[in-house]
Amino acid sequence: MKAMRGILLAVFSVVFVYPFVIQVANSFKTDPDAAANPLSPIPHPATLSAFERVFLGTDMPVWLANSLLVTVVVTLGRVLLDSMAGYALARLRFRGRSGLFAAVIAVMAVPGVVLFIPKFLVLNQLGMYDSYLALILPLVADATGVFIMKQFFESIPGSVEEAARIDGAGPFRVFWSVVLPMSRPALITLTILSFQGSWNEFPHTLVAVQDPALFTLPRGLADLVSGSLGGGTQFPLKLAAALLATVPVAVIFVVFQRHFIRDPNQGAEKG
Amino acid sequence: MRSRTRENLAGWLFVAPVVAILGLFLLLPILMALWVSLTGWNGQGSPFRAGVPFVGGDNYARLFTEDGLARENFMTSLRNNVYYVAAVVPLQTALALFLALVVNRRRAFFRTAFYFPSVTSSVAISVVFLFIFSNSGAVNQLLALAGVRGPQWFSDPRGVIQLLIGEPPAALTEHGLLGLTWWDWLAGPSVAMCAIIVLVVWTTSGTFMLMFLAALQNIPKALDEAAMLDGATRWQRFRRVTLPMLKPTMFLVLTLGLIGTWQVFDQIYVMSQGDPAKTTLTPAFLSYRTAFRDFDYGAGTAISFVLFLIIVVLTLVQRWVMRERKA
Repeated sequence: MKAMRGILLAVFSVVFVYPFVIQVANSFKTDPDAAANPLSPIPHPATLSAFERVFLGTDMPVWLANSLLVTVVVTLGRVLLDSMAGYALARLRFRGRSGLFAAVIAVMAVPGVVLFIPKFLVLNQLGMYDSYLALILPLVADATGVFIMKQFFESIPGSVEEAARIDGAGPFRVFWSVVLPMSRPALITLTILSFQGSWNEFPHTLVAVQDPALFTLPRGLADLVSGSLGGGTQFPLKLAAALLATVPVAVIFVVFQRHFIRDPNQGAEKG
Repeated sequence: MRSRTRENLAGWLFVAPVVAILGLFLLLPILMALWVSLTGWNGQGSPFRAGVPFVGGDNYARLFTEDGLARENFMTSLRNNVYYVAAVVPLQTALALFLALVVNRRRAFFRTAFYFPSVTSSVAISVVFLFIFSNSGAVNQLLALAGVRGPQWFSDPRGVIQLLIGEPPAALTEHGLLGLTWWDWLAGPSVAMCAIIVLVVWTTSGTFMLMFLAALQNIPKALDEAAMLDGATRWQRFRRVTLPMLKPTMFLVLTLGLIGTWQVFDQIYVMSQGDPAKTTLTPAFLSYRTAFRDFDYGAGTAISFVLFLIIVVLTLVQRWVMRERKA
């Protein structure tokens, strides 16, 4: 029985890991080699030509720069704005608080895919369509982040804040210099989730921009595959581009693993 | 009294940015889209101009009651998505549970390996699977080793039920329902759709595995041990002890799956764009295509709202049942 379990684990590890091995290996192959031996984990001959072509022949540098910009601004925005809102919902007593929290819960259930056209309509109406603002602003706050932060703030004791307040500190001061420094674990989790979410974000870019100079990496990659280079050719190049999209999240994932794997029952059940 | 006013003000100041952004890019868009779905706006100028024709429920009628291309496409997309849901939800739930049982109390490596696909870019993963399922790709080479000639995955519109049965009986091709023949409804997911199903099951199982793992760790060991003392076999313990304890998580995974599978978009966009022969067209992709490629914004938003309704109903059912359980 034990041996059986070991074999099953080995088989499934291969099933889950090998596609990534194929991705890495084939992005270092020549086109004919990738076509003839797609399964082989060893490039023969090994070449950087796919990466050269990605950087010199496509807009990859632009996509990378845009992705970096969007990811950094969105992550900073979400961490600050979501924790401010989460703190208010957890600690400050203001009129309309419970209604607002109910609204946050409701918003979490709104599926992103039905918002494509609506978001485009608003961006268009506001004259923001096809700009960095359109790419970034709609993403700098999200309901799920607010929810995570509210849950966290409710879990920490209020006595320290109480003391600071008695000393005459206002709500913003208490939040900024007392609460936030105590909130490292939750802030790290939120940072990672925001980073991963905004780095991978694809559909929003479809309805926010059409100028290739504003494409992020996922958008450029999708364009590369379904548009100019559609069909079954140049796979090493496409895989190399896909690899560049995968690596940053992979690094973060390996380093901060335990923050990724939070108890997933929490969010859904309390909602 | 004064401190209360101050706290009121502080509270609203703290939430103001989030309220503004969610209001502007979530609530307002939905209201605007509701209006557009009642018009014949073609994308030129503002949809609120005087000249934009108001068509009432026409866009919705075109999806359900009027014989034409709009209904044919919409019904095809519903058919495709139903097959997709029917395949993905059971498969990913079963695989997630299976992985959780095998991994339970094992080294973190396996958990990481199985979960990793869930956190990577859906676009990048789709590109990798395009290669894996390409005509001379990894899957077909493996099939060749087993002596099977693999299909041209992404250009094969034949349904799997069609492949099993062969030529359809004439009775099914001559009559139909809602613009599609019975045979169209019953042919099964296409070969191309199957490749997408494999990809999605592979990517999402890890997430759901984590939910099962969390639930497994909450089952008191004493329960299993008591059953073991009573002489229950491994299978009996699983069937009578573990599985009943996992019921709430099972329900959560199934409903999250049902809600999520109606939203498939990225993979379709990258891998097939609804082709071959519209067999991977889904409502989400169709609404995008109708609006941004055919410039029929009214019909596109109407499709979004129907999809919205489907998902809202599923979400409400989920929340209602979960509440019952908690009480």
